[in-house]
Amino acid sequence: MATAIGAITHEKEGSGLWSWLTTVDHKRIGTVYAISGFLFFLLGGLEAVAVRTQLAVPNGTVLDAERYNQFFTMHALTMIFLAIMPMGAGFFNYFIPLQIGARDVAFPRLNALSLWVFLAGGFLLNSSFIIGGAPDGGWFGYAPLSGIQYAKTSGMTFYVVGLLTLGLSSLIASLNFAVTIINMRAPGMTMMRLPVFIWMTLVVVFLLILSLPVLTVGLLQLYFDRVWGTSFFSPSTGGDPILWQHLFWIFGHPEVYVLILPSMGIVSEVLPVMSRKPLFGYSAIVFAGAAIGFLGFGVWAHHMFTTGLGPVPQVVFSASTMAIGIPTGIKIFNWLGTMYGGSIRFVTATYFAVAFIALFTIGGISGVMHASPPVDTHHQDSYFVVAHLHYVLFGGAIMGIFAGIYYWFPKMTGRLLDETLGKISFWLIFIGMNLTFFPMHFLGLAGMPRRIYTYDADLGWDKWNMVATIGSYTIALGVLVFVINFLKTMRRPADAGNDPWGGATLEWSTSSPPPAHDFDVIPDVRDRDPLWYARDHNIAPAPVPEHLHIHMPPPSYYPLILGLGVLLLAIGAMSHLAVAALGVATAIFGVWGWALEPTD
Amino acid sequence: MGGTRTGRLILTVGAVVVVGVLTGLIYLAFAESVDAIAQPMTTWVPRSDNAELVHGVYRLIFILAGIVFAAIMVLTLVVSILYRERPGQLARQFHGNSRLEVIWTLIPVLIVVAISVPTFSAMAATSKPAPDDALKVIAIGHQWWWEFQYPEQGITTANELHLPVGRPVSITLTSKDVIHSFWVPQLSGKTDNVPGHDNHLWFTPTEARPEPYLGQCAEFCGLSHANMRFRVFVSTQGDFDAWTKATAAPRTAPTADLAKAGEQQFVASGCVGCHAVQGQAAAVGKIGPDLTHFASRTTLGSGIMDNNPDNLRRWLSDLDSVKPGTVMGEFLKGQPLSKDALDKLVAYLEGLK
Repeated sequence: MATAIGAITHEKEGSGLWSWLTTVDHKRIGTVYAISGFLFFLLGGLEAVAVRTQLAVPNGTVLDAERYNQFFTMHALTMIFLAIMPMGAGFFNYFIPLQIGARDVAFPRLNALSLWVFLAGGFLLNSSFIIGGAPDGGWFGYAPLSGIQYAKTSGMTFYVVGLLTLGLSSLIASLNFAVTIINMRAPGMTMMRLPVFIWMTLVVVFLLILSLPVLTVGLLQLYFDRVWGTSFFSPSTGGDPILWQHLFWIFGHPEVYVLILPSMGIVSEVLPVMSRKPLFGYSAIVFAGAAIGFLGFGVWAHHMFTTGLGPVPQVVFSASTMAIGIPTGIKIFNWLGTMYGGSIRFVTATYFAVAFIALFTIGGISGVMHASPPVDTHHQDSYFVVAHLHYVLFGGAIMGIFAGIYYWFPKMTGRLLDETLGKISFWLIFIGMNLTFFPMHFLGLAGMPRRIYTYDADLGWDKWNMVATIGSYTIALGVLVFVINFLKTMRRPADAGNDPWGGATLEWSTSSPPPAHDFDVIPDVRDRDPLWYARDHNIAPAPVPEHLHIHMPPPSYYPLILGLGVLLLAIGAMSHLAVAALGVATAIFGVWGWALEPTD
Repeated sequence: MGGTRTGRLILTVGAVVVVGVLTGLIYLAFAESVDAIAQPMTTWVPRSDNAELVHGVYRLIFILAGIVFAAIMVLTLVVSILYRERPGQLARQFHGNSRLEVIWTLIPVLIVVAISVPTFSAMAATSKPAPDDALKVIAIGHQWWWEFQYPEQGITTANELHLPVGRPVSITLTSKDVIHSFWVPQLSGKTDNVPGHDNHLWFTPTEARPEPYLGQCAEFCGLSHANMRFRVFVSTQGDFDAWTKATAAPRTAPTADLAKAGEQQFVASGCVGCHAVQGQAAAVGKIGPDLTHFASRTTLGSGIMDNNPDNLRRWLSDLDSVKPGTVMGEFLKGQPLSKDALDKLVAYLEGLK
C-alpha cells in the first residue's frame, strides 16, 4: 500500500545509490546488513570447503600449513562476526520497530553508522588476504602465539584492528536497540506482551554492551604488545598468557549466546504461527532467555579447564556451565509444547525451525558433556568440540536464520520463496550438516586434535574425514539451491500480500514490504498476539485519517563520513600516523556536521 | 494417521523404532571409533589409574547423553508427524501447563546432579597431589617438539618418553615459547604447557607393552602444530632401569670412518649450535632436541616419521616441506647440505645409540 493521502515526509525515499548511502530507514539498513551478512556467509563457507578439502585425505596437499591456518582463522572470524551477527542485525533492524509498533529505531543515524562501521570492519579484515596475509592465530588469538614474536606478519594486527572496528559497530547498534525496545513500544505493548524475538534481542544487546568492553581492553593490550612493545601477555617480560584467555573468554562466552539467542527468538516466532496456536509457556521462555544471558557471564573459564586453573575454579565453572543447560532445556520443551496439539503447516520455514530443535539439542548435549572437567581433558581442543560448536552454531544459529529468511522474506520483499526449491535446499543442508559434523564426534573420540592442517594415515581418522568433506560439499549445494531460489523469486511480481502466514505479531499488519513510515496509524496493543486477538474479537483495524502528519527522519550523509573516518583511523593504526590523523579529522567533521544538521 | 488412539500408538512406536535404529547405527560407529588398534589415539581406552577414573565419568555421561538424545528425537518426530495439518484438524489453543513446566524443569536439574556428582568426586580423586616417590619428569613444549627431562636420573631427551609400569609419574609441564598441550589419551587427559607457568599432571600406567602410546600436542601452536607428536613407552621396571642407565650415559662414540667424518660434519655444518650430544665436547646447543641417543628413538621430527636412514636423509635435505616453519628449516635453506655432508651426517646420527 502506498503512502496514504497527505503523508508528509520531507523527501520521498529515492531509489538510487545515493539514497541508499544516506539512508536512515531501518528497513534499508536491515536489508544491507542481511545481504552483506549472507555474502560473508558464502565467503566463510568457501573457506570451510577449502579446509575440508585439505582434510579429506591424510597428508593432503591442497592447502599448505600457512594457508590452512589463515583459512580456519578467517572461517571462524567471518562466520561469527561477519555472517551470523550481521544477519541477526539484519532481522533486528528490519523487525524491531515493526514488532513493537514503532516507525524506526531510537537513533536512526546511529543505526546507519553501525552499518558503515561493520562494512568497514569486514572489508578491513578481508583485505589482509592481499596485504601481508590474513590472521593465522585462530579466532581466539591466544597469546603468546598472537604476539609479534611468533605471529610476525601483519595478519594478527589486522585481527586486532578489525575486531575493534566490528566491536564498535556492534556496541553502537546494541545501545540503539536497547533504547528502542525500552522506550519506543506502541501503547499497550507492555514488556510481557513483547514478541519473544524482541526479548531475545534485548538480552543479546545487554550481553554485547557488557562483554564488548572486556574484549576491547584485551585487544588494545594485544595491540600495544604487538605494535608498541609492551608485555601484557609475554611471560619473559612479566606478562601472562592466561590473562589474555580470561579477557577473551569473558567476552567470548557471552558472545556465543549473542549468536544463538536471535535464532531462538526466530524459532519462537515461526513455530506458533505455523502451528496455529500460541507459544507454549511464554513467561518461561522469556525468563529462561534472560537467565541464559545472566548465567552466560559466569561460565567463561570452562574454555580454560586444561590451562591449570586448579580444582576450585574448575568446580565452580563446571557447576555454572551445567546449570546453564537447565534454562536451555526448558526452551526445547516449550517449543515442542508449542507444536503439540497444533495444526502444523510444514513449509520450508517450519522445517528449519523443527530442525533447529533437534540439532541444537545435539549440540547442547555435547556441550554439557564437556562441562565436566574430567571429560573435558579429552574433549578440549579435539574434534569433539568442533562437532559441538557446529551443532549449536550451524544446527542452531544458521538453521534458525534460514527459518527467519523463509518466514520473513514475503514481508521484506512481497514475494514468497519457492517452496519446492526451499525444501530441496533444506534437505541438502540438513543431510549435509549431519554428514559433516556428526562424524566429528567420532573423530574426537578417536583422539584427533583441532586446528591441525593434516594427519597421518595410520590413526584411523581417514574415513570420517572423507565423510565430513562430502557433507560439506552437500551443504554447499544446498546453499546454492537457496541462492537460485532467491534469484528466481526476486524476478516474480510482489504479490505475497500483507500476511501470507496468518501471523500474530504487528509486522504482518503492514504491507509487504511496509511503506517507508511503517505504520499509517500507530497500533493500540491489547494482547501478546495482537493480530490473533483482533481476529478472534472481530476488531477492525483503526481507520486511517485523511491527513497523516508523519514526520520521518531525513536521510543524512554524516554517518557515512564518520564511518569513513573510523575506517581511516583503523587503517592508520596499522600503517601511518598521518592516515590515523586524517581519520580523526574526518570523524570530527562527521560528528560536527551530524550534531548541527537540521533533523526536520 | 494420528487421528485415532491406535494411529497415535503406531506412530509413537514407529518413531521410537526409527530413533532406535539411528541410535544403534551411531553406537556401531562409536564402537568402531574406540577400537585402540585401528585408532591408536582413541580416548576411550584407559591404561592408567587416572585415565580409568576419567573413563568412569565419561561412560556415565555418554549413556545419559544417549538417553536424552533418543528421548528428544522421539518427541520431535512424534509431534511433527502427529500434528501435521490435516483437513478439519483444529489447533488446540492453550498457553502453557504449569505442572508440565515444573516437571520439565526438574528433570534437567536431576540430570545435572547426576552428572555433577561423579564429576566432582572424580575431580577430588585426580586433584590429590602426586605421591612423594613418584617418578619426576619435566615436559617442556617447544615449537614444535617435546623436551623431556628426568631430573633424578640426569636425563635430557626429546619426543619419546619412557615410563615404568605400575609406578606413579609426576609430570611438570611448561613451555619455552607458546602454549602447547600434553595429550596422550590412553594414559591421561590433557593439560596445557603454558610459558611462565608450571602445570602438573600425574598418573600410574597400568599396562606395559612394546608398542608406544601415541600423544600429540593439543593446543594450536603455529605452523607445525600438526607435526608435534610424541610417543610414550611403558615397560617393566627392569627394562625401564636399563633404558635410564643407557640414556643417562654419553653417546656411543663413532668407530666407522664415515661416522667419524660425520662427527666432524656435525660441527662444520653448525649443528652443534642447537643440538647437544653428551660425549661430543663441541655439541652443547640447547635450542633443539638433545641428540645423544638419537638412533635409539623410533621416530624423528617429533613423531612424524619412522627413524631410518632414508627418512633422516629426507629430513635433512627437504625439511621445510616435511615440517613447515621450523628454525632448522630456515637454517638449512640458507646453507643446504651437500650430498657428501648428508652421507656423513646420516652415518653419524644413525650410530648415536
